[in-house]
Amino acid sequence: MTTTTATHRGYWYRHPNLRLAGLLSAPMAWLVVVYLGSLAALFITAFWQVDDFTGQLVRTFTLENFQNVFTTPAYLSTVARTVGIALLVTVLCLIIALPLSFFMARVASARWQPLLIAMVLTPLWASYLVKVYAWRAMLQPESGVLAWLIGPLGLDSPGYGFIGIVITLTYLWLPYMILPVYAGFTRLPNSMLDASSDLGAKGWRTFQSVVLPMIFPSVVAGSIFTFSLSLGDYITAQIVGGKLQMLGNVVQQTYVSNLPFAAAVSTIPVVIVLLYLYAVRRSGALENL
Amino acid sequence: MSISRSTKAILSLLALLAFGFIYVPLIVILVNSFSTNRSLTWPPSGFTTEWWGRAVDSEGVRDALLTSVLVASAATAVALILGILVSLVIARYRFFGRESISLLIVLPISLPGIVTGIALNNVFTSYLGGLTFLTLVVAHATFCIVVVYNNALARLRRLGGNVEEASADLGAGGWTTFRLVTFPLMKSAIVAGGLLAFGLSFDEIIVTTFTAGPGITTLPIWIYQNLFRPNQAPIVNVVAAALILVSIIPIYVAQRFSSDTNKGGGIL
Repeated sequence: MTTTTATHRGYWYRHPNLRLAGLLSAPMAWLVVVYLGSLAALFITAFWQVDDFTGQLVRTFTLENFQNVFTTPAYLSTVARTVGIALLVTVLCLIIALPLSFFMARVASARWQPLLIAMVLTPLWASYLVKVYAWRAMLQPESGVLAWLIGPLGLDSPGYGFIGIVITLTYLWLPYMILPVYAGFTRLPNSMLDASSDLGAKGWRTFQSVVLPMIFPSVVAGSIFTFSLSLGDYITAQIVGGKLQMLGNVVQQTYVSNLPFAAAVSTIPVVIVLLYLYAVRRSGALENL
Repeated sequence: MSISRSTKAILSLLALLAFGFIYVPLIVILVNSFSTNRSLTWPPSGFTTEWWGRAVDSEGVRDALLTSVLVASAATAVALILGILVSLVIARYRFFGRESISLLIVLPISLPGIVTGIALNNVFTSYLGGLTFLTLVVAHATFCIVVVYNNALARLRRLGGNVEEASADLGAGGWTTFRLVTFPLMKSAIVAGGLLAFGLSFDEIIVTTFTAGPGITTLPIWIYQNLFRPNQAPIVNVVAAALILVSIIPIYVAQRFSSDTNKGGGIL
């Protein structure tokens, strides 16, 4: 070994900050310049305008895009509908995930748990588009799978529309709720559950007063995914939504002709997600992601 | 907590229903790919393997598959390098702004895909001369970093710093330690992270729509373009079914390679 390399190594060893900078420069350049830079550019564009006659960008500060969104009833109802869908999807995911995760973590034998987890993970990695497409086949009015299943009961498939979107989004994001809630259930110490029953609490009381408060952070962690992923979706509405639109559809339809307006609309889900993250940051959910 | 027998029975039933909800749509796609019906009509009136043959022969499908593999490979390669670098920093250094970096890495997949999509689209088309194959790779790599990072970080945390200190005590420099000690110990976590990144890129549709150059058709884009064409429905069914079968592979491999599966309930 030559002395030059030895001093060279020593140099890096004595300068941890330089080593740190060396390791970080490439990833930070990528994420800050490419990603944050693009987001910032988009956000600034939201305050610009498109000239009605020439179709060119007018780079002067204006709040008109935001005023347009918040004074047009059609856009306001789309905002309300999108938030409503996202909340409904989150509640439905929770209703399905709670008993399923509890079963997986506390009822099923330890031997079966890895298989059950794999069964939840597999659809998570199946193509997003394929899953939406599957629900197109499920929901098809009159000749779809759902119509065939519940037809004998005198019911018809809800078809493509509000219910279709809610079911499909619930299906898409369900694993994101199951996994953190499952992990929350497995982390529950047995001693605490025993203590509760020693103090005379029956199963349900223990569940309400001990289990639920303890898995609350996991539930919130799951809800961050189900809520924010639903909020920004537009492909589901295109495929199973019929004529119904979500915020993402408005962005997608306007970004070519009026980028500033599309940018203004797209800040709405981002702001809602950030507000939600801010609201839940004290629950300890962010450590459970 | 003692769970009564009736509660257990109810829970088992609910779990069964939930798994039914999860798997019935996937099974329907698999069955439909063999259906003689030319639309999504259920139940199938007969079964055939004709569509699978036609899908394999379809030039559009083959080109799209090749494009998807190329994009996903390139994006994964970039994500591997960047993800490993950041995970080393976060696991082994304490400095101001460390928390913001982990937040910055998660951001591309936490924000709605359409926001990431039009933000990148705007910069690429307005300032960097338009969309190409390269812009698509850049976009995909951006949201793939997080899966590599999470897997590598979980492994580094579990390893601790002792082996690296031992290596340094024996006279190895930073690079030698990484090459001979850290990297070999991280390898299986990196394979798992790389596979998940590949899968993430391979399936992505929203950001892809906004950042792919003209004429670049990935497999999800191909499905999307043919979704509403009635005469293509049988082929779309086959491609969808094939994708469901293929998606089992990364799960299986990632589970085998990564012993850090329980990362505190993390998803990625």
